[in-house]
Amino acid sequence: MAIPIEWIPKEPTFAAYIKVFSRFPFLKTIGNSLYISIAYTLITLISASMAAFAFAKIKFPKAELLLKCFLATMMIPTQVTMIPLFVVMNRLGWINSFGSVILPSIFRPFAMFLLVQQMRTIPDDFLNAARIDGANTFQVYRHVALPLCVPTLATLSITTFMESWNDYLWPLLMLTDKTKMTLPIALSTLNGQYATEYNVLMAGSLISMIPIILVYIFAQRSFKSGMIAGGIKG
Amino acid sequence: MVASPFLLPSLIGFAVFSFLPLLISILISLTDWNGLDELTAKGFLHDHFIGLDNYKSILQSDEFWKVLKNTGLYIVLYLPLMLAVSIAIAHLLSRPRKGVGVFRVIYYIPVLTSWVAASLIWKSVLSPKYGAINSVLEIFGIQGPGWLLDERWAMPAIVLVSVWKDMGFFGLILLSGMVGINKSYYEAAEIDGAGGWTKFWRITLPLLTPAIFYVLIVSLINSFQLFPQIMIMTDGGPNGATQVMVERIYKYGFRYYKMGYASALSWILFFIIMVCTMIQMRGQKKWVNFDT
Repeated sequence: MAIPIEWIPKEPTFAAYIKVFSRFPFLKTIGNSLYISIAYTLITLISASMAAFAFAKIKFPKAELLLKCFLATMMIPTQVTMIPLFVVMNRLGWINSFGSVILPSIFRPFAMFLLVQQMRTIPDDFLNAARIDGANTFQVYRHVALPLCVPTLATLSITTFMESWNDYLWPLLMLTDKTKMTLPIALSTLNGQYATEYNVLMAGSLISMIPIILVYIFAQRSFKSGMIAGGIKG
Repeated sequence: MVASPFLLPSLIGFAVFSFLPLLISILISLTDWNGLDELTAKGFLHDHFIGLDNYKSILQSDEFWKVLKNTGLYIVLYLPLMLAVSIAIAHLLSRPRKGVGVFRVIYYIPVLTSWVAASLIWKSVLSPKYGAINSVLEIFGIQGPGWLLDERWAMPAIVLVSVWKDMGFFGLILLSGMVGINKSYYEAAEIDGAGGWTKFWRITLPLLTPAIFYVLIVSLINSFQLFPQIMIMTDGGPNGATQVMVERIYKYGFRYYKMGYASALSWILFFIIMVCTMIQMRGQKKWVNFDT
């Protein structure tokens, strides 16, 4: 860092960016982050929407009780389940595997809650009409219920992707190998190693921000078109 | 129609990632297990079981009360500041003006950024000698404090950064509350001769209380769960001034290998959060306005 501070650098240089990539497998890290976040988001959307469909549109015994149990887990801080999960993952030898970070997405009560609310607004007549035309339950879910939830699914995909991309505590415990790390973990490692080289840290931070801002801008657009696609006249 | 195939993934997830870990966590919290020793059902209860000793020693330790005091200081500074700033942002962005769309994105960028990247940037900005803030203060002849290196200023600095990071998110929630307020209230007030300030205090704020209530519930829960910003910016220092619950849980569990103690801490954290949320829920009738 220049002393005293140079508000506008006299000689701008990309050296710090080159350093980031040469000292750390940063390209690999970006790939890991993308892979994990995309898989995490997809599994969340699929699993949560399936459960939401069952809760909102299929009658089965003890449905209310089960939904309440699912939603009650939202109150429990993740730190409570973190230690036992670590112990289990450690026993299974899943440390440093992407599965350990991706699989918890299979149960996301908040996403489920939002989708239950959305699916409850779909008139049963829509589903019955499809059924009379010969659609089975899965086809009703896939071709009638899901398209009508596109706005909620779009919002959820942005927030879930963001959460997974920026998640820190759980990946910090699970991904300790340099080649397996996600961006936040890699950055915090850089912080330990090059604590005084702010230019390198800043370059890494900026790189980590670019994809998420792109996703946000892109998703905002598809969010708008999603509103139009979902808005069937009832 | 059969529900079970649709419920199966969530049910498995609930059992594996939520229900079973909860049970195991209660058991671990009753032991002095270090997380490394072989764990068998028999040896577990025989060699490691210590009853409620972890909970007792936590409640009797000075460190725990210091951690609560640190968190209390954070909450007392953070909640009013965050609320004031995000209401101001929502208010400014609620009016149709030129360039308002650009500002909505700009205020949201800190929310999109990961806590790690944000903390790294702020650590340099807050650096005592050469950081941007103290360099600006120096221009005005003010000797800036040591921020993250000063015991008295470390927590206020964390508050400052947290407000910067969260204001866009809470501002957006309050903004959607503000946009939902019926315009006819304002028109009626204008006919009666109310100015902008009166309209804000007498109409906007009372009708915004449901959104403010939601913001307070969420932000208080978050306040007990500070972690990345602490780990990157201060690591709990200086002299334990920024030690907080989750940072302690992490360190006891994964640095000092006291898994039992860490699990007990996590249950105490859960208990504190639950009590605080319940108190807020009870109190809402007194000030939240639900008739819009």
